Amino acid sequence: MDLAYTPRQKAFREEVRAWLAANLPREPLASYDTREGFEQHREWERKLFDARLSMVIWPEALGGRGCDLIEWLIFEEEYYGAGAPMRVNQNGQLLLGPTLIEFGTEEQKARFLPRMASSEDMWAQGWSEPNAGSDMAAITSKAILSADGTHYVVNGQKTWSTRASFADWLFGLFRSDPASSRHHGLSYLAVPLDAEGVTIRPIQALNGKQAFAEIFFDDVKVPVENRIGDEGQGWHVAMATAGFERGLLLRSPARFQYTARKLVELYKANRKVADRDPSIRDAVIEAWTGTEAYALSAYHTVGRLAKGARIGAEASTNKIYWSELDLKMHETAMRILGPFAELTGDAPAAVEAARWLDGFLFAQAGPIYAGTNEIQRNIIAERMLGLPK
Amino acid sequence: MDFTFTDDQLTFREAVSRFLMTEAAPERLREIWETDTGRSPELRKNIAEQGLTALSVPEDCGGLGMDDVAWALMTQELGYYAIPDSLADTAYVAAGLITGLPAAARAGWLTRIADGSIRIAVAHPVNPLVADANPADLLLLAHDDEVHAVPRDQVEVEPNPSIDLSRRLARVRWTPATATRIADGEAGRTLWAQTLNRGALSTAGQLLGLAQRMLDLSVDYVAQRKQFGKPIGSFQAVKHHLADVATRIEFAKPVLYRAAYALAHGEAGADARVSHAKLACGEAAWLAARHGIQVHGAMGYTWEVDLQMFMKRAWALDAAWGDRGYHKARVADAILADGAALGPGHTFEE
Repeated sequence: MDLAYTPRQKAFREEVRAWLAANLPREPLASYDTREGFEQHREWERKLFDARLSMVIWPEALGGRGCDLIEWLIFEEEYYGAGAPMRVNQNGQLLLGPTLIEFGTEEQKARFLPRMASSEDMWAQGWSEPNAGSDMAAITSKAILSADGTHYVVNGQKTWSTRASFADWLFGLFRSDPASSRHHGLSYLAVPLDAEGVTIRPIQALNGKQAFAEIFFDDVKVPVENRIGDEGQGWHVAMATAGFERGLLLRSPARFQYTARKLVELYKANRKVADRDPSIRDAVIEAWTGTEAYALSAYHTVGRLAKGARIGAEASTNKIYWSELDLKMHETAMRILGPFAELTGDAPAAVEAARWLDGFLFAQAGPIYAGTNEIQRNIIAERMLGLPK
Repeated sequence: MDFTFTDDQLTFREAVSRFLMTEAAPERLREIWETDTGRSPELRKNIAEQGLTALSVPEDCGGLGMDDVAWALMTQELGYYAIPDSLADTAYVAAGLITGLPAAARAGWLTRIADGSIRIAVAHPVNPLVADANPADLLLLAHDDEVHAVPRDQVEVEPNPSIDLSRRLARVRWTPATATRIADGEAGRTLWAQTLNRGALSTAGQLLGLAQRMLDLSVDYVAQRKQFGKPIGSFQAVKHHLADVATRIEFAKPVLYRAAYALAHGEAGADARVSHAKLACGEAAWLAARHGIQVHGAMGYTWEVDLQMFMKRAWALDAAWGDRGYHKARVADAILADGAALGPGHTFEE
């Protein structure tokens, strides 16, 4: 155990800090759940990419910088510590990206990853269907290989696809063997969203924005070279992605540590009002202890990975931990703000442009998306503790 | 930056676990519960022979010179096997205090700690009662900032039974004398402050070990107990109780390790790190007890089933070496202070 950063790690931190100080947008970007905000975020991602900071852990040849996971944690600390914008293309970059690196052909990697790193291509997910939510193996959308073997014909419907209204591509699971059931006979495909036969219908989220969409496929032709991994092996490929999702990459500790820091500031600025309810002080302390624990766990896990360990079912504890922590922190902020908490960003009396309200609404989704916390608890019980099905 | 244990440290932990598994089986502990002192000379002898009393003692005094980080692993094993207080109190907490004394004041105690021939009770003012005062050979007592080393026969000991029969608590009455004073003033204040952190870290580690033991016992029980024709561990309501315990344990571990490192390296922020560890491990242990007894059903409420041994110890140790209010206040002092270094990038550096 040696908890000092190396000179190289310190230099990297300084470099990222200096770059962000010089390049952060002066005005906050509009919400990436709007077309305008989405494109603003795309521009910001391009700027990050040009500085080779959009996907620091990817190899240089693919648009990254070849950083190890400790350097990635450092990058995240500086990025979120500076209050930089949310990452609009993270589902592609952090979920599909690692899958392509593990399962993609060289041609696929060269074709997709640099454009993903630069956000020229924005990616949406295609997992859930109206009758396949927590029970993802109930997928019925079909991808049938053409007689000449050159393309799949895709039919069916996907839903809850984040920012799909604005995205360029979709990755997801389709049933390529119509006689199969459950997790057999599925294939993992990349589908261009401008293809003929694709219809995207936005779903308005409770914040009033087009945070996600449902997607209909009507005889959509998808070239066979867009299949990632082997035919019928989609479940295996997707599970690797789902593991990453629940695990570290999608929710690095830094963004939650930033929220905790802001919450402490909010509490200190409103202490007189907040202290009328002593449980608020407790919750503020728990924001710090909880986010530190999450950060420490990340460093511990990264260290173990570097020594050759694999992230197993314990990744499910991560998902539960950060999603419930994030919700609790935003609930606490709402309680501190009291009668100002309900005000939207358009309200002249709104505090901090209603940033806490926006975060509070989004935090409601945390225990639901990326596998509900009930499903995570099942996974922990069955795969980590070995309890019977 | 490497926040992991070395292979040697992990191998050592494994060896300690194997040793205690046979030496401190629950049947053995129940026998020891029945004795007057609550202590077993045989267990004590075997522990000393294994070198476990010598871990903290510097190498030039016959010890292994291990640091707080090693104790973060060791105390989890002590908790997992519900080893009574005197081992960690003597070999870690007292040894740490004595090592902090000028060499001339150590009076050969370190050598005796290493060879297992002395038992030392540590009476920090944060604990109103002293653990193992009765079977101790020597007591380290506080009089304001002063540290006194007082032989057992010079103090009056009034036993105060705890619900955890492994804990032998006593109120100690004594009169400070110049002859027993081994530190005072700033030096004494520093020693007591460090001692509190070691006691709290030791207790945190034991609580985490207890939490893991209660989880393991509960997992075993719900996998074999059948109702409605199948193991109750197949029901989601039961699974989720235990998944919550596993999650709480998972996120308490690195907090304990961070605290141990902060202590070993004398970091300025060590107080808050140790308090965080004590809170996180105590909460994990209480949740493991709460959910553990629930999934055991009525069996969990019996004397017969071993769960009770670990639950009671968890309930008791949670308030030892500073209760939750004490530690929460220390964390609050650190994070609510003006200019506190919080948020991303401050987990390892101020």
